[in-house]
Order: sequence, then structure tokens, then C-alpha cells
Amino acid sequence: MKKNWPLWEVFIRSKNGLSHKHVGSLHAADAEMAIENARDVYTRRSEGISIWVVESGNITASSPNQTDALFDPANDKVYRHPTFYDLPDEVKHI
Amino acid sequence: MEKLHDLQQAFQAKIDADEKIEPKDWMPDAYRKTLIRQISQHAHSEIVGMLPEGNWISRAPSLRRKVALLAKVQDEAGHGLYLYSAAETLGIDRETLIDDLHTGKAKYSSIFNYPTLSWADIGAIGWLVDGAAIMNQVMLTRTSYGPYARAMVRICKEESFHQRQGYEILLTLCRGSEAQKEMAQDALNRWWWPSLMMFGPSDKESQHTEQSMLWKIKRKTNDELRQQFVDATVPQAEFLGLSIPDPDLKWNEETGHYEFGEINWDEFWQVVKGNGPCNRERIKARIKAHEEGAWVREAAMAYAKKRKERATAAQKVA
Repeated sequence: MKKNWPLWEVFIRSKNGLSHKHVGSLHAADAEMAIENARDVYTRRSEGISIWVVESGNITASSPNQTDALFDPANDKVYRHPTFYDLPDEVKHI
Repeated sequence: MEKLHDLQQAFQAKIDADEKIEPKDWMPDAYRKTLIRQISQHAHSEIVGMLPEGNWISRAPSLRRKVALLAKVQDEAGHGLYLYSAAETLGIDRETLIDDLHTGKAKYSSIFNYPTLSWADIGAIGWLVDGAAIMNQVMLTRTSYGPYARAMVRICKEESFHQRQGYEILLTLCRGSEAQKEMAQDALNRWWWPSLMMFGPSDKESQHTEQSMLWKIKRKTNDELRQQFVDATVPQAEFLGLSIPDPDLKWNEETGHYEFGEINWDEFWQVVKGNGPCNRERIKARIKAHEEGAWVREAAMAYAKKRKERATAAQKVA
């Protein structure tokens, strides 16, 4: 049995309509305590109306070594952008 | 009873104050049901919409056109995914949604039941079908359900190239040979009316509009959006040098809008009920893709299980 409380990642929704956004992390013994701690640590100035907590160990992140392999292929695909298409200025609403 | 009434009042007050509803908020069952119907219908449209365009990927006239069309169809798969996920936040699972499409219980936009007969159709779809869809989707970025609105923001941003690539195809054809221009005109003739039908039944016939407006799921009525589309599109057709296949179309100086002829609603309902030119073919293609992909889904699950077992075994050794 580990002595330290596990680490939790905290996500806050600042208002309805917006996504939860990662704000930081904290230690807590369980999910309920993580919510309570997140409330105390991250929303003291009305920063949010909803909290998500996820135990950090449950997050799988891409590795910085993979950056090129993962994201390079998008670089030369200019045709995914509207400016690639040649339309005269006279054509409106498009 | 009293409590339910209070909840309903609080819910409507939130909507009236232009606040968003999020998955864990209380919502009336009918609101949830309407959203599941609408969002899943929207998702199915993205997925089925890949079929008529996919038909031309291998026959695109140049590499430039081919990569653009591939990118567009790929986007549509992604958009279907965003929308299915938004629907799932309402407590329905993906399998049920897919089943409902396959059994015909759920609908999708009837425009995709028309065939793509020539290359110009790909231009017409981008210009008109995506143009009409964008009009609807821009409105939906302000819909009252948070996950749906956020999916729409992403979709609108990504889709901004779809309409332009379509218009560029038609512009190229219209500046080409006489035969190419005729091909463009023929595509417009066939896609114009079905595009107007995309906005759904007229306001006086639409059974969902009134309640959806009250809940701010929709912010504009079918007829308002249709008018907005006609007003934006007619000048674009004029620039191409093409004529809209509607003898009643005319500019009304007083209203500042175009007047247009009566839509053939019999055709609309026939296609909605499953009797369009390609309804059976589309669903057959979807079911075939789903069934033939079953082994891939199963193999991925088996592989994940094996990897997990290996990791557990390695941990034990360590």
C-alpha cells in the first residue's frame, strides 16, 4: 500500500457552454476528496461551475518523441484550408 | 408534481436567459429525446453523405481534385464522429444509434438519396448541399445544448473549405468548353430543388419547429433558413453564368429577398419515406460496410486484451 495519496488532474468548466479545461492537479485519497480539494484550490474566485477529476495514472499521453510522426502529415495538406481554393472576390457569402 | 413543475420552469428560465444546458443538468425527457433524434439524424447524414461523393474519388479529373475530395469525405467521417459523441452524452449508446440507421428507424438528410451522375455533381454538392448545410450549422453553433453547440463550432470551422472547393469545380467547368458548361448546368438543374428541400417541411407543416424554437435547439425556422440560402446562392449562380431551374424566381425590391416557386413536397415526402432514387442502395452500403468491418472491431478488441494480459504478466515478473 502506497503511503501517498494519488495524483488527480483537475478540469474546470468556467460556465455552461464552454468545455472543461485542464487547470492543474492535486493529491487526494479518492475521487470525492479530489472534487472537494479542487473546489478549495481551483475555484476560490468563482472560476467554475463544474469540476471533473481524473486520476493522473488513467491519462495516456502521446510521447514528445512521436511529435513528428503524429503531426507532420498535416503540414503539407494545404487543401484542407479554405484559402487553398481560388475564388474571385465578387463571389459573396462563401 | 410540484417539484417537476419547478424543474421545468427553472430549465426554461435558463434557456430564456440564453444559458446552455450541459449533460448533467436536469432536462425534460422530451428535450432529451428531441436532441437524440436531431443529433443522430445529423450524424447519420454525415456518414451517409460520404457515399455519393466517395463514388467520384477514384475518378476525380486531377490529383488536386482528388486530394481535396478525399479530405472532404474524410472530414465528413470526423463530423459524424463528433455528432455521435455529442448524442452519446445524452445517455444513448453508439450501437443503438447505428442500429436505428440500419433498420430505417432513424432518418438522415434526404439529399443523399440522389445519385451523383457526373463530375459536375461533386461541384454542385459542395456548393449547394454544403452551402445549405452550413447555413443550418452556423445557426446550430448557438443551439441550447452545450455538447451539440461545441461540435458545431468545430464542424463549421473545418467545413469552410467544402463549399469553396465545390464552387471552384463549377467555376472551372463554367469557364471551360461548351460541353463542360452544360454539364455544370445539368448538375444545377438536378440539385437545386433537392437542396431547397434540405431545410425540411415549410413552417406551417413542420411538427418539431415550434417546440424546438422554444427550447432554442433551433434559432431560425426552416423557411427562414431556406430564404437565407436562396438569397445567398442566386447571385453565386449568376456569377457562374448558370440559370436556376425555377421560372418563378424573381427579386423582390420591396422585401429585399428573392421569391421562388413552390417546392414539390410530394417528391420530398416520397424520398423521406424511403422511395428516393438511392435510399435502398445507401442503407445497403452502410450495412455492408458495418458487417464487413465486424472482424476488424473484434480483432482490435482481442489485440487490446492480449496486450493487457502481457503487460500484467510482465508486471508480475518485475
